[in-house]
Amino acid sequence: MHEKDLKLVENSFKKYYFDHFDLIHVPERTSEREFGYQKFNSGMIRHLSIKSDEDLRLMLITEIPSDVYCSNAYYSFPTLSMGEKDWKEADLIFDVDSKDLHLDCRKEHTCLKCNSCGEVALMVQTCPKCNSTKLEQKSLTCKNCISGAKTEVKKLMNILIEDLGIKKQNIRVYFSGNEGFHVYVTNSPYQKLGSRERTDLVDYIMFRSAIPETFGMKKYKPERSSFPEIIDNGWRGRVSKEIFGSKSKRSKEITEIISNGYSVFQQRLENMKTDIGVRIDPNVTMDTHRIFRLAGSLNSKSGLSKIFCKNFEKFDPFQDACFIDDEKIDVVANCPVRFTLKNRKFGTYKNEKISLPKYAAIYMICKGFASTA
Amino acid sequence: MLNLGTDEMAKYPFLAEAGKYLKDKGFTLDQFGTDPDLMPIIEKAYHRIEKASTGKIYHSELENLEQLDVEVFSFLIAVVLLKLSGMNTLIKRFSLAEARRAEKFLEKDLADFSDKTKEQLAVRIIKDLFSVNVQKHKEFFVIPVSDYLKHAVYFHEKEWKLVNRRIENGKVFLTSHESVRLIRKELDSYINSKIQEVSTPSMIDALKKPVEKLRLLSKKFSVPTMVSTEYPPCIKHAIDELNKGENLSHSGRFMLGTYLLSIGQTVSQIAPLFKNAPDYNEKVTLYQLNHLAGNSGSGTEYKCPSCEKVKSKDLCYATSDCDGIINPLQFKKKTTLHA
Ligand SMILES: [Zn+2]
Ligand SMILES: [Zn+2]
Repeated sequence: MHEKDLKLVENSFKKYYFDHFDLIHVPERTSEREFGYQKFNSGMIRHLSIKSDEDLRLMLITEIPSDVYCSNAYYSFPTLSMGEKDWKEADLIFDVDSKDLHLDCRKEHTCLKCNSCGEVALMVQTCPKCNSTKLEQKSLTCKNCISGAKTEVKKLMNILIEDLGIKKQNIRVYFSGNEGFHVYVTNSPYQKLGSRERTDLVDYIMFRSAIPETFGMKKYKPERSSFPEIIDNGWRGRVSKEIFGSKSKRSKEITEIISNGYSVFQQRLENMKTDIGVRIDPNVTMDTHRIFRLAGSLNSKSGLSKIFCKNFEKFDPFQDACFIDDEKIDVVANCPVRFTLKNRKFGTYKNEKISLPKYAAIYMICKGFASTA
Repeated sequence: MLNLGTDEMAKYPFLAEAGKYLKDKGFTLDQFGTDPDLMPIIEKAYHRIEKASTGKIYHSELENLEQLDVEVFSFLIAVVLLKLSGMNTLIKRFSLAEARRAEKFLEKDLADFSDKTKEQLAVRIIKDLFSVNVQKHKEFFVIPVSDYLKHAVYFHEKEWKLVNRRIENGKVFLTSHESVRLIRKELDSYINSKIQEVSTPSMIDALKKPVEKLRLLSKKFSVPTMVSTEYPPCIKHAIDELNKGENLSHSGRFMLGTYLLSIGQTVSQIAPLFKNAPDYNEKVTLYQLNHLAGNSGSGTEYKCPSCEKVKSKDLCYATSDCDGIINPLQFKKKTTLHA
């Protein structure tokens, strides 16, 4: 980031942390957590201990980090090196990112930024301005992507509650501050599980490694009676709904499945992963030593806040996570995609100098689509 | 700790505090060497170890009270003999066989619908020793998903993956067999560690001979054969798994069977390798091996899978010795070439 942009973004972040401290708190069992942060144009600082809201506030105002993180794990000695921390347990965390959903609308709001000359264009092979091939994918997110991510979160919640027996009040959903959602499960029986066990939970949630036998299809002499019913719990019920649709079609479908054979059914289960499995980032949930973006902090990829979704159904990140003020800022924008923030439409801009509210300017600067004039 | 009756102790003798048990019953170790009524127990104890060493499960008579005591004593004396012999290979084989023996009782007791106390004891053993909470629910045994995962992650077969289990509201539904199967590894290591913890008593005359016999017996297992050192790591690993009583996957068995057949071993030489497998069935094993050897049906002889195939099934444990080979069968040739 250029010096001038950096100054503007840092000042805006500082102002946010000053004005909106009510939104950002240290999590429970603070002394057992590891904190970390990153400053603009600089590396990650980890293994920190932050003891109170006051300490956190002081750090935010003095350091003005680009991103702030906190462990989902609890340690005896959070500031020691990884091997000496003495891991106790960790909240279950899930990351749903609309980038992983590969929706059709993505190509309309993904563009490439040339790392040689800074030009931005929609999907191309080489930079239209300087012909460089060093292109970086940049994306804004759209309403459709957010609603896709919400659908995944709802699927996830259903499995957490119905299958894994997690109490609803122990699940909290946050907007990630960029293109998706972070789901936290606290005080569950799964707190003490290690990475290996969490990996199996991930496979369960993503519907990976399912075998035909589980759904009644044996290699030899499959029996009609062992196929799942729509009223079954867990994956048997969900698979049943997916393949039979309604009860009336069940018998005919089973006949077809049996005549098509084992491996056809196996492939069908495999294909079902994207529809009925939940698309989470497996690495996030498997990792029990991660530091994860702190709720209430700003995401430097967008200038939006990672924020708790009070009303998940109605939650609109372009409205509810945008807290930078609307002071007028002059920028040169090169943004081939339209976007909406705080109910105002912006873009597209073709290398033009414009005056914009600060929240929109910061959003584009963070995304790499604008520079201060 | 659990408070057990003699019949329960006979099934799960490893739960006894050895010294205390003998004392409570009014016996000392010396008496076993001098009292003609007790002396046959030493013979029985030796037999118990010998049987275990061959991978077989010692069959128990649990008919009357006298036999029950003998069951416990023969276990305790067996432990004394093992300690005096100092032979770790025998201790390992013994605890594995004893674990299998206990497993059978646990499974039966767990599923005993007529006797509530038996079921409760099995449930308590599983909970106290292995922190798995089992509850009966109609014909199923339900355990919390978190308890299940802690044990199931050590299994390689896909059927143990959570996604292939019946799950409801944080609970996994298992059969009594599966519930006990889940703790097999821990049961074995529990018995093993209990034996390791026992302090070695001083030698008495009557035990000298059986201890000497045990040392001889253990030689049978401790001498590594020339052939086994030449096996590639994937094959060694598969054999190790079987020896530990782990359930080798279908593709693992296929690889092992075809490999050993290819290097010239016969079906009857290979079959005993599978004896420790939890689902061992002699007839089925012979049938499958004969099938691989091309002795049945179509007469097709199956080839040992390529390294790539082995890798894709998570069966590859390549070392630098494997460099440049594309089939486990090439391993031996290469090492002899470079020797
Ligand atoms: Zn360029
Ligand atoms: Zn979209």
